[in-house]
Amino acid sequence: MTDAAYAPRAACPACVGLPEGELERATASIPKGGALRRMVLSLPDIHCAACIDGVERFLAVQPGVSAARVNLSLRRVTVTVDDPSLTAGDLADDLTRTGYRALELDSATIAATETDKEGKALLARLGVAGFATMNVMLLSVAVWAGATDATRDLLHWISAAIAFPVIAFAGMPFYRSAFAALRGWRLNMDVPITLAIVLAAGLSLMEVRESGHHAYFDAALTLTFFLLIGRYLDHRTRAAARSAASELAALDVLTATRIEGDTRKTVPVDALRTGDLLFVAPGARIPADGPIIEGRSDIDRAMLTGESLPDPAGPGDQVSAGMVNLTGPLTIRADALGDDTLLRQIARLVDAAEGAKNKYTLLADKAVGLYAPGVHILSALSFIGWYVATGDLRTALNIAAAVLIITCPCALGLAVPSVQAAASGLLYRMGVLVKDGAALEKLAEVDHVVLDKTGTLTTDLPLYATGPEGEARAVAHALARASLHPLSRAIAAECEGEAPAPITDITEHPGEGLSATYLGQPVRLGNARFTGATAEGLWLRMGKDLHPFTFTHALREGAAEMVAGLREAGLHVTLLSGDTAEQTAHIANTLGIADWHAGATPESKIALIEGLSAQGRRVLMVGDGINDTAALAAAHVSMSPGSAAEASRSVADMVLVGPSITLVLRARKVAIAARKRIVENFQLASLYNVIAVPVAMAGYCSPLIAAIAMSSSSICVTLNALRLRREPK
Amino acid sequence: MTILSILIPVSLLLGAVGLAAFLWSIRSNQYDDMDGHANRILSDRYDDSPEG
Repeated sequence: MTDAAYAPRAACPACVGLPEGELERATASIPKGGALRRMVLSLPDIHCAACIDGVERFLAVQPGVSAARVNLSLRRVTVTVDDPSLTAGDLADDLTRTGYRALELDSATIAATETDKEGKALLARLGVAGFATMNVMLLSVAVWAGATDATRDLLHWISAAIAFPVIAFAGMPFYRSAFAALRGWRLNMDVPITLAIVLAAGLSLMEVRESGHHAYFDAALTLTFFLLIGRYLDHRTRAAARSAASELAALDVLTATRIEGDTRKTVPVDALRTGDLLFVAPGARIPADGPIIEGRSDIDRAMLTGESLPDPAGPGDQVSAGMVNLTGPLTIRADALGDDTLLRQIARLVDAAEGAKNKYTLLADKAVGLYAPGVHILSALSFIGWYVATGDLRTALNIAAAVLIITCPCALGLAVPSVQAAASGLLYRMGVLVKDGAALEKLAEVDHVVLDKTGTLTTDLPLYATGPEGEARAVAHALARASLHPLSRAIAAECEGEAPAPITDITEHPGEGLSATYLGQPVRLGNARFTGATAEGLWLRMGKDLHPFTFTHALREGAAEMVAGLREAGLHVTLLSGDTAEQTAHIANTLGIADWHAGATPESKIALIEGLSAQGRRVLMVGDGINDTAALAAAHVSMSPGSAAEASRSVADMVLVGPSITLVLRARKVAIAARKRIVENFQLASLYNVIAVPVAMAGYCSPLIAAIAMSSSSICVTLNALRLRREPK
Repeated sequence: MTILSILIPVSLLLGAVGLAAFLWSIRSNQYDDMDGHANRILSDRYDDSPEG
């Protein structure tokens, strides 16, 4: 709603249809002159033009919203708001109610990745290089077609005038990187690239001054252009992954409720101080470490320890940030914040594990290590050979430059980024976010998979197994509906759609169970002590009758299929859980995993993974809990489900956003296919060099041959990479 | 061959116009939401800020 809304009605045909006074009412409710704020909402499900329209139309008529713009590529909407009381959370809830699932994003986290300046700069360089390449190529075609004498010199001089400024501007990323490598006494791919570009342009200029026949301006520009394409693809891949990862991070808006005298105030977790009293509602996450001051509840520690069943807790018991309060309201005192929390201690373990890990050398870097010295030696040899044989410095220099140009690592510079861009694009569509190209290469090498149990193989909620039928079932259903405890939710889910028994006076006794009155008699659903049963477990007491309930753990969708698939592929599978031996053994037996460890602490998880690595195993760790983060960091390569704790998602190399855990298998197949394509591309490039280098060293490489050879090898490797766009079978 | 003195500047000028248009399109954020622009064309609503 801008001032345009006050324009004469007839100017916009759509507004004529508005009821009289509607526009005035709509605009009058907006307080004018308020400060504009921008907020960003994530819209994970939008996919078409109708969705864009629906969301923008809905937001545009909300009071306090001055503009809304959907970005379909990022699945986000940016809303400009002029009403200071409007919050992103409210807007997200309103949108979700209209059918477009919306999530609030922390705008500070998002802002860091929103403007992609580097990508735009690269694209501009690519455009300039493309323009110059096409023009110089046209002029060169005229030369190859037979232009002679003054005409040839004119065409060469114009080419030089275009090529020099463009090479200086567009090739800058290569020069910088090569300079940085040389200063550290290293050779990287950009050193031969820079040398080839600079030598080709410089020698051609000398040739042109003496009215020579051969100029390599087109070759120098084509090189720059193709390599910039590779650079841009590489950047796009990483930027897409970064933006997706920061979106995941921005989804956790961390706040706490502080008790200030008689009032409760919602504050960001960063603003808490030691000694603050905090209120934690049932269902909320505990924001800080400290003792319980008041209240009883059940605490879900799955994220921290991997234990699947909650523990009762009361005044004096210690709780930690990251646990979830399930049943009763709690007041806790913040004792440890920031650096002192359990979370920070685990973060220190993560740092140590990452420091201890062997540095991985990328395939491309390995290839460059062999390739870069070889190219320089070959070029130097051709120079010396020709100089000794003919005594002509000019010929010798020209041939040395031709060798450098023809061997320039176009294939290396383009082959790896194009494969990685194709593979991570494919994985993104499947629902796997890849943080960097190295992760993809490492995943292809994996021979041992370590799986966490709770939250990775099983869902967070237990699954109803057995219980009473008839009247008792209806009573249990009615009681269970009143609680957030996972066992209650399991019963409620089992009885979904059935009529609950008419009960009154439902009371929740946190840490014990539920009580109520049914047909005048008291009924209780809870633990053995609470119901007076003799054996452990969950019981329903109706008068004198006791009814037991049993539960199992629901396997995540695709868990069995994934374990079978991994074993079929010849991988060793280990189950590593912080849960009790009984629960872990049950799941291990169900899935047929012989190698399982229960009761693992974060330290023992690292120890196990480091032990396997020491035996030369390449370990893939899949885990979701905060207790898994250090193990994720220690493993060769790691994955987290999208439902995982923020800490472990940020450590993991890949995040599985899709619902099924079989993505682990599918991602591995893509990684193996990508590795195969990269190796194939290296082979193509070597084959091309084996044919072209002798030709160049023999002095038969004219600029025309160089142009054809270079373009065709670049196109070959790119097309080979694009074969990865479909998922391998 | 004197015709070259006209044709070459003309071809360079045309190329430069294309390049300028490309650089302008980058500057005005036209590559930020490729999927969105592809879909918005199907919408019959008047878009008063097409560059986003």
